[in-house]
Amino acid sequence: MRPLLKVENLVKHYAAGRSTRSKDRLAALDGVSLSIPSGETLALVGESGSGKSTLALCIACLETPTSGSISFEGIDVATLDENQQRLFRPQIQLVFQDPASSLNPRWTALEIVSEPFLVQRRFTKPDRTVRALQLLDRVAIPRKLAGRRADELSGGQKQRLAIARALALEPKLIILDEALSALDCSVQALIANLLLELQASLGLAYLFITHDFAMAAHLADRIAVMDRGRIVESGPTENILRSPNHEATRALLAAVPRFIESPSVLVTA
Amino acid sequence: MGGKCPPLVQEMTPLLEVKNLHVSYSARTGEVCHALAGVNFDLAPGEILGVLGESGSGKSTLAATFLRLLPSNGKIQKGSVLLEGENLLEASAQDLRKIRGGRIGLIPQEPSSSLHPTLQIGQQVSDVLTAHETLDRRSLNHKTSQLLASVFPKDAQRISRSYPHELSGGQRQRVLIAQAIACGPSLVVADEPTASLDPTTQQEILHLFRTLRQKLGLAMIFITHNPALLAGLADRILVLYAGRIAEIGPAARVLYSPQHPYTAALLRCLPSHFAESRSARKAKPSVIPGEPPDLSLRENGCQFEPRCAERMEVCKSDEPSAAVVNELHEVSCFKFAG
Repeated sequence: MRPLLKVENLVKHYAAGRSTRSKDRLAALDGVSLSIPSGETLALVGESGSGKSTLALCIACLETPTSGSISFEGIDVATLDENQQRLFRPQIQLVFQDPASSLNPRWTALEIVSEPFLVQRRFTKPDRTVRALQLLDRVAIPRKLAGRRADELSGGQKQRLAIARALALEPKLIILDEALSALDCSVQALIANLLLELQASLGLAYLFITHDFAMAAHLADRIAVMDRGRIVESGPTENILRSPNHEATRALLAAVPRFIESPSVLVTA
Repeated sequence: MGGKCPPLVQEMTPLLEVKNLHVSYSARTGEVCHALAGVNFDLAPGEILGVLGESGSGKSTLAATFLRLLPSNGKIQKGSVLLEGENLLEASAQDLRKIRGGRIGLIPQEPSSSLHPTLQIGQQVSDVLTAHETLDRRSLNHKTSQLLASVFPKDAQRISRSYPHELSGGQRQRVLIAQAIACGPSLVVADEPTASLDPTTQQEILHLFRTLRQKLGLAMIFITHNPALLAGLADRILVLYAGRIAEIGPAARVLYSPQHPYTAALLRCLPSHFAESRSARKAKPSVIPGEPPDLSLRENGCQFEPRCAERMEVCKSDEPSAAVVNELHEVSCFKFAG
């Protein structure tokens, strides 16, 4: 079956070096290929600087790759003209790590969730409000908080709001870039549950970018490991966990603070 | 009196004694938020105490209180904090200048905002030394190099000449550690020191703490919301909830046989490790229902009661006090009340 998202040989170079005329190039992505089937979760695990966020930005069409292709539902996104792009963009949405900087702190929850409707010029005002409130319900944000400003919400509530905003235009794929990393442990569990529920009821696919191998193992069907701009290993979650091949994978697994439930063993890798 | 030091060091005076600490913040609206509501514990010399708490637990207030760095709307309502017998809460401004950095080091949360952006690293470490000691140029340079070498086994020279923006997050954190230990404090308070770091870098920093503890006999208060970081590092763990100690005891006991319902619930939230069967994975992580309490409305009774799976009638009306469940292991919960 055709995958929802297919990335082939993606390369992204940034200019490096101090002079604007410098020919030095930094290969943030050095030939990345991956695919995500509809309704599934692919976790992208790697250290800072491995290129995960650059990949997220390219897939979300917020950065233009230097070469390679990105296909969504079989169509190469680079071939889309401006109008087609505008219709296409809602299909892939992003949730970032730091809700404090990805949500306007002075806007209310309702305004934040309604913004995508405004940008896409959909629905009348009363309709937007109804739909926005429904989105808040979906992510279990009490309606009484709809009028609160974003900076008055807790970290967990802000992240729920970011997810609600991402759902507004009914995407097929949500890219979560370290979306749980800044949250308290118990809140991470709540948001992880929310993501699983939404996936089950809406058939969403997720690209879950993280350096937290434990959470990736928990949420993902497949894991891809990135190191210095390349995917060095990928496969079904169980396989990666049971028999990691690449050195980078093993290093990341070893770095997970291990919490083995046995009183005689206190281990941190 | 709660949270006694391990018996091996009971003959020694505790390094730090926190007694009945109450700290609150007042909002412009007049509301008072009770961030710490009666915290008692001791810390032995050379001991690493993990303070485990989530947002709103009071953990950062604790760190700020020890260093008397509360914001202007923060008030220490009552209690005492004795450092080697002297009450920090009564120290004069002059004494505090000597205490901060000299006797207690602080490793703050955000490395990127804690370093001067336009001074070289070597200069920033030297500055800490000159603030507390009078050293001639040669000794100053020597000591600075030594400090940087203790946190950067290789590359110390190059780092010394670098600027913060040229360093990675992990490297900046190491610089903060060097600054915190520069004047040989007996206690270092680390507030989420690995929060913004990669797992591999996190492990390196935790390893550095262990090494420094061994070499320098440093006592440490390691504040975090992630229980997994404390395994293998902390001697004892103190669990903070809504400004009170829920549980305090040897690390292994608190992590592997938690007694307080909150601790147990929190530990169950951690993604179950590498469950290999397909059915166990994508099983929903266990959650703690409800939200942390609003600290400006301190209701009667146990603060965890609304979210507790094991709540009883008495929990609604009374606040439990610390009960000893095991040698050195105390829990504030009516399950254990006499």
